[in-house]
Amino acid sequence: MTKKIATREAYGEALKELGKNNKDIVVLDADLSKSTKTAKFKEEYPERFINVGIAEQNLIGTAAGLATAGKIPFASSFAMFATGRAFEIIRNSVAYPKLNVKIAATHAGITVGEDGASHQALEDISIMRTIPNMVVINPADAVEAKEAVLKAAEYNGPVYIRLGRSKVPVIHDENNYEFEIGKGILLEDGKDATIIATGVMVAEALEARNKLAEEGIDVRVIDIHTIKPIDKEIIINAAKETGAIVTAEEHNIIGGLGSAVAEVLAENQPVPMERVGVKDVFGQSGKGDELLEVYGLTAEKLVKAVKNVIKRK
Amino acid sequence: MEKHQELKKIANTLRKDIIKMINAASSGHPGGSLSACEIVTALYFKEMKIDPQNPNWEDRDRFVLSKGHGAPVLYAALAEKGYFQKEELMKLRKVGEMLQGHPDMKGTPGVDMSTGSLGQGLAVANGMALAGKLDNKDYRVYVLLGDGEVQEGMIWEAAMFAAHNRLNNLTVFLDHNGLQIDGKNREVMNIEPIDKKWEAFGWHVIKIDGHNFEEIFKAIEESKGVKDRPTIIIANTVKGKGVSFMENKVGWHGSAPNDEETEKALDELGGEA
Repeated sequence: MTKKIATREAYGEALKELGKNNKDIVVLDADLSKSTKTAKFKEEYPERFINVGIAEQNLIGTAAGLATAGKIPFASSFAMFATGRAFEIIRNSVAYPKLNVKIAATHAGITVGEDGASHQALEDISIMRTIPNMVVINPADAVEAKEAVLKAAEYNGPVYIRLGRSKVPVIHDENNYEFEIGKGILLEDGKDATIIATGVMVAEALEARNKLAEEGIDVRVIDIHTIKPIDKEIIINAAKETGAIVTAEEHNIIGGLGSAVAEVLAENQPVPMERVGVKDVFGQSGKGDELLEVYGLTAEKLVKAVKNVIKRK
Repeated sequence: MEKHQELKKIANTLRKDIIKMINAASSGHPGGSLSACEIVTALYFKEMKIDPQNPNWEDRDRFVLSKGHGAPVLYAALAEKGYFQKEELMKLRKVGEMLQGHPDMKGTPGVDMSTGSLGQGLAVANGMALAGKLDNKDYRVYVLLGDGEVQEGMIWEAAMFAAHNRLNNLTVFLDHNGLQIDGKNREVMNIEPIDKKWEAFGWHVIKIDGHNFEEIFKAIEESKGVKDRPTIIIANTVKGKGVSFMENKVGWHGSAPNDEETEKALDELGGEA
């Protein structure tokens, strides 16, 4: 049985580690520190933890000001509010002056579960991806999330890190894992088609690969943790070598990974492609796993999509 | 000799530069730039601890022009202070040039924060002030808010935050000229009683004539003595101050004077020199 850990837990751990070695790290939250796990940082370094209350615009603006004075602020809230409510502050006060602000948002996607549509950010990747200077990272598991946070702190400029509420399978080996911003990871090789997945869908992609292998279909699986800048090379090579692409994301199929990959393919190496994701609808209340089923974010749906795309080759 | 004679001369020079650069750009915001000339002059030419040779000096006082459309007054002051050549002013708002329509901290030496979208500057200033506290630095952070700008909800998020965190190294000026694009504040969206609102949010409030250097400096001194809270100086000003046909005329919020109007304005301000 694979170990399951929420990526937000890894975020909290990474912050603790960062705070110990770097006094410039400051953490801001908007009254959700227990949920976002920034409370772990607060316990260790209360003097460098700032609660702005329920005020996401002020959360980002204050982080921008701290960054102008040499601090490395990590600002956290739920993905919906961090990217939605504070969008224009992120654009004008963080990204335009390219300030060193990290926005680490938790509770992204449909797996928020019971809280329902108002809290299920399915457009955050899309929103953040359109802002110049912004790096967008969507880790697949706890190992990747921790490394992403550590690397984001080293990078000088705005970064959006998308984290989840629910426990997800640990697919990477922490003793043998390297994270580089903008570099996709080839998890499994294959020749018939490629599944390019991000976030929680990477685990589903691996499961789909196993199911397809039983039917004699050999699928490549790529983990794209950085949606922007996207790893064009790994995508183009996959298109050239396998001739068919399926994308998988826990996000609206408009504007997210599927769109980013489609852009690369259309301009460089057009091949048949299918997008698996939330099909431009709002979510609803329910358990995370149930919702993944309801909205078609499963290994079974990926198997179907791969078979479809291979037919179109 | 009359007090603050030198500063009055500088404020007048800034006014002339504002008129000239907006005329050259054929666009820009003269009204709210002219209303803030004494406040900006007081800060840049007497009060603030800054070094034009070292614009990013860590220990400098900071200035956030939250009402970013007042960029011309800031640019005029920075050029006069020696952050860059005065010739730059005549290239305002032109393609490929340094001086953007609204302040760009990455492109212009001396600009401490990129602004332009109203309501965002106070939160940023809070971050700067907080960083100063964390690092035990004694710099101060100054902000210029527009009065229409306080209609933005984010201002009040930030106001709450500054008081909660006792940011006594923060001094805000409210350029209270009473006008915004669509008319009088009172008619568009009443902000009064503005002093009581800030008091209720936990700020030290001072009311002054924003064109009187004596009162500006007295208020700044008073704000530096406040130990447990931020200060807002509500500066009553005249939009378009110094140019008779622009004073209190809402139409001059965001329109450029033509050549004839420019000549007339410069004449009133004492001519070219």
